[in-house]
Amino acid sequence: MSTSASPPKTKSWSWRSQAFRGLVYQVLALILLALGLWYLGHNTLLNMRERGIQSGYDFLVQTAGFDIGESLMSFDSNESYLKAFWVGLSNTLRVAILGIVLTTILGTLVGIGRFSRNALVRGLCMAYVEFFRNIPILLQLLMWYLLFTELLPDAQDAWQAGSVFLSKGGLSFPVPIWAAGHAWATIGLVAGLMLAWMYRRWAVAQFEATGRVRSMFWVPLGLVLAMGVLGWLLGGAPTATRAPFKGEFAIEEGGALTPEFMAVLFGLVLYTASFVAEVVRAGIQSVARGQSEAAAALGLNRNQEMRLVMLPQALRVIIPPMTNQYLNLTKNSSLAVAIGYPDVVSIANTAINQTGRAVECISIVMLIYLTTSLLTSGFMNWYNARAAIKER
Amino acid sequence: MATQIFQSIPSRPAPVQTGGLLGWLQANLFADFRTTLSTLLVGGVLLWYLPQFLNWALVSAYWQPNAEACRADGVGACWGVVAEKYRLIIFGRYPFEEQWRPLVATGALLALLVASCTRAFWRPWLALLWAAVLALFFWLMLGGGGLTPVETDRWGGLPLTLLLSTLSIAMAFPLALLVALGRRSNLPAIRTICTLYVELIRGVPLISVLFMASFMFPLFMPQGVKIDVLLRVLVGITLFAAAYMAEVIRGGLQAIPKGQVEAAASLGLSYWQTQRKIVLPQALAMVVPGIMNNFIAIFKDTSLVTIVSLYELTGSLGLALNSDADWRPYKIEGYLFIALIYFAFCFAMSRYSLWVERQVNQSKQR
Repeated sequence: MSTSASPPKTKSWSWRSQAFRGLVYQVLALILLALGLWYLGHNTLLNMRERGIQSGYDFLVQTAGFDIGESLMSFDSNESYLKAFWVGLSNTLRVAILGIVLTTILGTLVGIGRFSRNALVRGLCMAYVEFFRNIPILLQLLMWYLLFTELLPDAQDAWQAGSVFLSKGGLSFPVPIWAAGHAWATIGLVAGLMLAWMYRRWAVAQFEATGRVRSMFWVPLGLVLAMGVLGWLLGGAPTATRAPFKGEFAIEEGGALTPEFMAVLFGLVLYTASFVAEVVRAGIQSVARGQSEAAAALGLNRNQEMRLVMLPQALRVIIPPMTNQYLNLTKNSSLAVAIGYPDVVSIANTAINQTGRAVECISIVMLIYLTTSLLTSGFMNWYNARAAIKER
Repeated sequence: MATQIFQSIPSRPAPVQTGGLLGWLQANLFADFRTTLSTLLVGGVLLWYLPQFLNWALVSAYWQPNAEACRADGVGACWGVVAEKYRLIIFGRYPFEEQWRPLVATGALLALLVASCTRAFWRPWLALLWAAVLALFFWLMLGGGGLTPVETDRWGGLPLTLLLSTLSIAMAFPLALLVALGRRSNLPAIRTICTLYVELIRGVPLISVLFMASFMFPLFMPQGVKIDVLLRVLVGITLFAAAYMAEVIRGGLQAIPKGQVEAAASLGLSYWQTQRKIVLPQALAMVVPGIMNNFIAIFKDTSLVTIVSLYELTGSLGLALNSDADWRPYKIEGYLFIALIYFAFCFAMSRYSLWVERQVNQSKQR
C-alpha cells in the first residue's frame, strides 16, 4: 500500500546538464582564444626574425634624433625617446584638459540655450548643434588648420590688440617675468581658497540654523581675488612682462600658441561641445515638468530655477554620458597627428618610422590612452556618486 | 467693528495676445526686457555677419572652373574649384576613363541603402538583394569579366567612404550583438573575454587601431600571406565600432525586466530562442537612437582612413588640390563641399532614426 513515489534520483552530474555544457563552451572559447593569440604571436616572432626587426623597449633610452615643434619643457634632438614620449604626453594632456574645461562651459551654455524663451537664441543653438556634430572631426580640424595657417595675415602685418598678436605664426601674448612677488600672489590665492572654503562652511551652517541666504558666489570669489592681490602687493607688486613684438620675419618673444595647437583646440572644443549640448539638453528634459512649475510657484526667477532646481537634478542624468564625451575628446585629440601637432600619437609615429618598433610604440600609446581613460572615468564615477540621489 | 462689505478687486488686464505673427514675436522675441536685449544683441550680430557670409558664399561667388577669374578683386567664394575637380574629389585616383564604374556602383549601393530603409523592402529577399548589389559593386569596382581590372589602392572618394561605412556597419552589428550578449552571459570566461575586448577597444583611439591594422597586421600573418589594406582597415573599423555598439545594446538588454526571461524559461524556450524571440526585439527597440548614433559615428569615422593613406572623401580632396598650385588657395571651398556631403548623409540618418524610433515604439503609443 505504501507506494509513495521515491523522490527522483538527483544526479549531481550529467553529460547533458547545463552546467557541463557551459563549462565546455567556456573551455572551447578559451582554447580558441589562446590558439589564436599563439598563432599571431608565433607569426609575429617569425616575421620579425626574418626581417631582422629588433624588439624590446631598450630603444627608449636611445637618443631620439628629432626635434619637436612645441613643448612645455625644453627638448632637443639629443634627448631620449622616453623624454620625447613624455613631451608628447604633456602635449596631449594640455590640449585635452583645456579642451574639456572649455567644452563643458560652451556645451552647457548651448544646451541651456535650447530652452531659452528667446526664439533667436533657441534657433541659433539648434543650428550650432546640427552643424557641428554632423561633420567629421577630422574635416573640422583640417579646416581650422587651413584657416589659421592660410587665411590669417603674415607675421609682418599681424592683427594686433595691445600687445597681443594674431597671425599665421599663431597667437602671441605677453607673459609676466617670474619674480618673487608671483610666489607671494600664489600663496595669497591658496590662502584665499582656504578662506573661501571656511566661509562656505560657515555660510551653510548659518543657512541651516537661521534660514538666511548668504552670497555663495561673489563673497568667496572676492575673498580669493583679494587675497591674491594682497599677496602680490606684499611681494612688491612685480609688473614686468615679456611682451611680444614684431621682428623681421616673425613675432618674437612673449608667450605663444601655435596654429597647430589652436586648430586642435578649436576643432575639438566646437565638435565635442555640440555633443555635450545634447547631453545637457537631455538631462534637463529628464527633470519632471512639475519641478520647474514648483520652482516658479516658490517665486524663483529663471536663473535661480535653473541653478537651484533643474541643474542639480539634471546632473544625475548628465554625468555618465558627459564622461563618455570627455573620453571621446581625449581620444579624438590623437587626430592632431593629421595637422602636425606633436601629440603622443605623432611622436609614436615618428619613433616607429625611425626605429621600426611598431609593436612597442603602439603598445605605449595604447597604455597611455587606457590609463588616461581609466583615470578620467574613475574621477567621474566618484563625482557621479556624489551627485547621485542620497537615499536612505 | 466695521462690517466689511464685499468689494471686487479691479479686474486683471486681458492676457497678451499669443496667436498670430505679432503674438508669436512678442512671446518669443520681445517678452521682457532681457529677452528683448538678447534679441537685439544676437539679431545685431546675425544681421552684421550673415549678409557678409551670404555675399561671399553666393552673391559674389564665382562658379566657373576658371582660377584666373577667381583671383580678381571682389570675388567671393570660388566654387569653380568644385566644378573643376569634382571628379577627382568624388572618385579619387580611380582611372579617369573608367569613372562611370564607381558612379554606377555608388548609385546602386545608395539605392540599396535607401531601399533597405523603407518598410516595403523589409522582407527576407532583401538579404538576396544585398548580396546581389554588393557583388555588382565589387565587380564594377574591381573589374574583370570584361572590364579592365583596377587595384583596390586606386579606389577612393565617395564610393570608398560608402563602402567602408556600409560594410563595417553591416559586420559590426552582429558582432556587437554577440559581444553584448556575452557580457551579460552567466559563463564567467565568456563574460571576461567580452568585457576585456570592449574595455580595451574603448580605451584606445580609432587612429591607433587603424595604425595597427595597416602597419602591424602584416607582421601577424604567416609569410607569403598578403591581405589587402582595404580589408585590413575594414576589419579595424569593424572591431572598433562593434565595441561601442555592444555597449549601447547592453544598455538595452539591462533594461529588460528579469520577469521576461523567466517567463520565456517557463515556456520552455532555450537560451537562443529566449534571446531571439523575447529579449532582443524589446531591447533593440529601446536603443534605436543609440544604435543610429553609432551608425552616424562610424560614417564620420571612416574619414580617419585618410591618415593611413586610403583616399576616401577627405583624402581625395587633399589629393586633388595639394599638388595644384592654381587651385590650392581655394581648398576651403573644397572642404566646405565635402563637409556638405558628410552633413547631408549624417543629417538624413539622424532624421531617419527619428522615424524608426516612432515605428518600433508603436506598441507603446496610445
